[in-house]
Amino acid sequence: MSDTTIIDLLREKLPTECVLSEAEELRPYECDGLSAYRRLPLVVVIPKTLEQVQTTLKLCAQNGVAVVARGAGTGLSGGALPLTDGVLLSMARFNRILAIDTANRTARVQPGVTNLSISKAAAPHGLYYAPDPSSQIACSIGGNVAENAGGVHCLKYGLTVHNIQQVEVLTIDGEHLTVGSQALDSAGYDLLALMTGSEGLLGLITEITVKLLPLPETAQVVLAAFASVEAAGTAVTAIIANGIIPAGLELLDNPAIRAVEQFVHAGYPEDAAAILLCELDGTAADVATQIERVSGVFREAGATELRVSRDDAERQRFWAGRKAAFPAMGRLSPDYYCMDGTIPRRHLSRVLAEIERMSTEYGLPICNVFHAGDGNLHPLILYDANQPGELERTEELGGKILELCVAVGGTITGEHGVGMEKINQMCVQFNAEELTQLHAVKHAFDPQGLLNPGKAIPTLHRCAEFGAMHIHQGQLPHPELERF
Amino acid sequence: MMTLVESFQDTLRAAAATGTPVSIRAGGSKSFYGRPGTGTGFSVAEYTGIIDYSPTELVISARAGTPLAELEAALAKENQMLPFEPPHFGPGATLGGTIACGFSGPRRPYAGAARDHVLGITCLNGRGERLRFGGQVMKNVAGYDISRTLTGSLGTLAVLLDITLKVLPRPETELTLSLEASPEQALEWLNVWAGQPLPLSGGGCIGKQLMVRLSGFEQGVKAAAQRLGGDELAAADSFWQDLREQRHPFFQDDRPLWRLSVPPATAAFALEADELIDWGGAQRWLKTSLPAQILRDTAARAGGHATRFRGGNRDDVFHPLDPALLALHQRLKASFDPAGILNPGRMYSGI
Repeated sequence: MSDTTIIDLLREKLPTECVLSEAEELRPYECDGLSAYRRLPLVVVIPKTLEQVQTTLKLCAQNGVAVVARGAGTGLSGGALPLTDGVLLSMARFNRILAIDTANRTARVQPGVTNLSISKAAAPHGLYYAPDPSSQIACSIGGNVAENAGGVHCLKYGLTVHNIQQVEVLTIDGEHLTVGSQALDSAGYDLLALMTGSEGLLGLITEITVKLLPLPETAQVVLAAFASVEAAGTAVTAIIANGIIPAGLELLDNPAIRAVEQFVHAGYPEDAAAILLCELDGTAADVATQIERVSGVFREAGATELRVSRDDAERQRFWAGRKAAFPAMGRLSPDYYCMDGTIPRRHLSRVLAEIERMSTEYGLPICNVFHAGDGNLHPLILYDANQPGELERTEELGGKILELCVAVGGTITGEHGVGMEKINQMCVQFNAEELTQLHAVKHAFDPQGLLNPGKAIPTLHRCAEFGAMHIHQGQLPHPELERF
Repeated sequence: MMTLVESFQDTLRAAAATGTPVSIRAGGSKSFYGRPGTGTGFSVAEYTGIIDYSPTELVISARAGTPLAELEAALAKENQMLPFEPPHFGPGATLGGTIACGFSGPRRPYAGAARDHVLGITCLNGRGERLRFGGQVMKNVAGYDISRTLTGSLGTLAVLLDITLKVLPRPETELTLSLEASPEQALEWLNVWAGQPLPLSGGGCIGKQLMVRLSGFEQGVKAAAQRLGGDELAAADSFWQDLREQRHPFFQDDRPLWRLSVPPATAAFALEADELIDWGGAQRWLKTSLPAQILRDTAARAGGHATRFRGGNRDDVFHPLDPALLALHQRLKASFDPAGILNPGRMYSGI
């Protein structure tokens, strides 16, 4: 069929305001948080009702037209990048919190609801939704489920997959499925785990039941400075060895500390080779015990300075620097390139030393700001795209860093997803048989391959090169959001 | 010489070629569970050993045939544990069987289920292909989450080989409070307390006795205990073990044992059955001769599902799936096991 036909069909079945096809209307949908990749969709559909979503999917299935679902468009891996010959299906109008069940500690929400608004709605009941990706003020819960979003508190509270109970799904044929249940498990295969992080390739999520946790009685942050990155890495391991699971454990190296200090004056010690921010939460008695213990561990690991937040305002100040780290980098360098690999923590010192060596070899500075407790690295390579060849060398260096992550038993993406960005790097982590099995799983859900095709799982002949998150001239979509 | 895994692969390829089902088995401690196996015996009992355990990493990798007791002993030596507190159901329990069944014990509502702690699995699909999904790190979003999907799939999608789990430090202090409460009162307390920042790690009610376990640092546990009241239970460890292993007198009853998984605040069931509340209300054990339909309707109305855990008609064990969901299960099964040789019928007929 010709392109005009699907637009005509959509217009015929849906209200006028739900179908956008003029170039200027399509422009806002040309990219998600990964702005290096842009293209206009054939048509944008913004349904208001489930029936309209169903109608759209059915029309696409019947006419062999691909569909890319979109939430808030804050994803960092190009998962919501449109297809020039496909429908971009925005779930933005599904933005209601349907119910909060305080007795069972769950909330039933529509996919377009923002992550933070769930916690806000639950707060009067002393409850909150634990996963807190840095974009939580804007990112939608539907997108969080599609990407299995993480955040600063994963080490203690888990990822999205650990914090949801049920999703309502529409298949590409418009068929309705309830996956998971209102209980803690469900009959049959764990399709809830399969749907979570499936990046829009298996089904369209139309409703989510999330778990709510009691708000911790109190939270405090310990800031520790170290004379070497290795010492900080060792301190991370020692914390865990001492039986403590912090709510968050973040590392900034010296280039990152200096960049942050120039930018927000968080009061970090600028001469430190690395600092650790260790958040402890729980009952007041437990937090006191943990702070005492953590301080001891840090001192033993050679901390040159220790500060404990005295009140919530000071805790926020400690975090302010960490949260401003990415924008701060944007001031240091015309461009930066953010990686998202995870490694086993025991290799932290070794991998950081190797990254530093590679940085020298390539003549490209690297800052490290990351979730040390999870071993989730975010090395930022600073470069200038206007210098001939620098982008290519940056991509090569980034590729080597991700290869290193896989080589020590880690992964190419800890929390940003594969999307379009790391589609080629999937080939390093998975062999042909594994990729074939992943394609077979997609086929079981979507035999025509119409849901977000070309993302997340590479075809076998595609396996070639690496990519990562590019920030040109500090132009990051949603610059108002914290990125960490 | 052919390795054990290569011989498994050969066996599966031959079985797939002839369409001969295999019945996967390790220690046999959970053979009572699910629908009966029909295929030729396929044992992974010899495939044993801890592959990698670095306590500061909070991660352990072991082969499927590794005895659960051996794994737990290795963890205990480093003062760590499997947070999901899996039941053994017999001395032969292995890691592979535990993950294939997806069983979790009393700590589940507070610390997470077996699937929540699975980080990676290497397996053989029905074509005999050796596949690795997930890994050894906590955060990993590359590819579909196959390793969690395999958890609880009863060997119908793949033969589990190597399993990597997240582990946790053992709590420094643990104590159990015993309070007198009707099931209604117990359910109310359990759910009110679960909504408050308390160090809960177990909550069950048998008869008129509510048991609440607290775990954590000494001061926090003691403060919580004082707040909740009741008496400290002396033989707490054996109580929770007996509950987990179904050795408590409640389970010594000839009637079939049903497991109802429901939202935790669901009211006690007004059924002709004896009911034991576990998982803070989210798991109800029912001893009853009532017809399956009544139990399934009751669980479904509450938003959950019912499993005929032990006894009764073993052909009808798991809660029936909606037709669309069943069809998806069949297609997913075919994607892993096109010849339908892996534990066919163990979960549902036709899967």
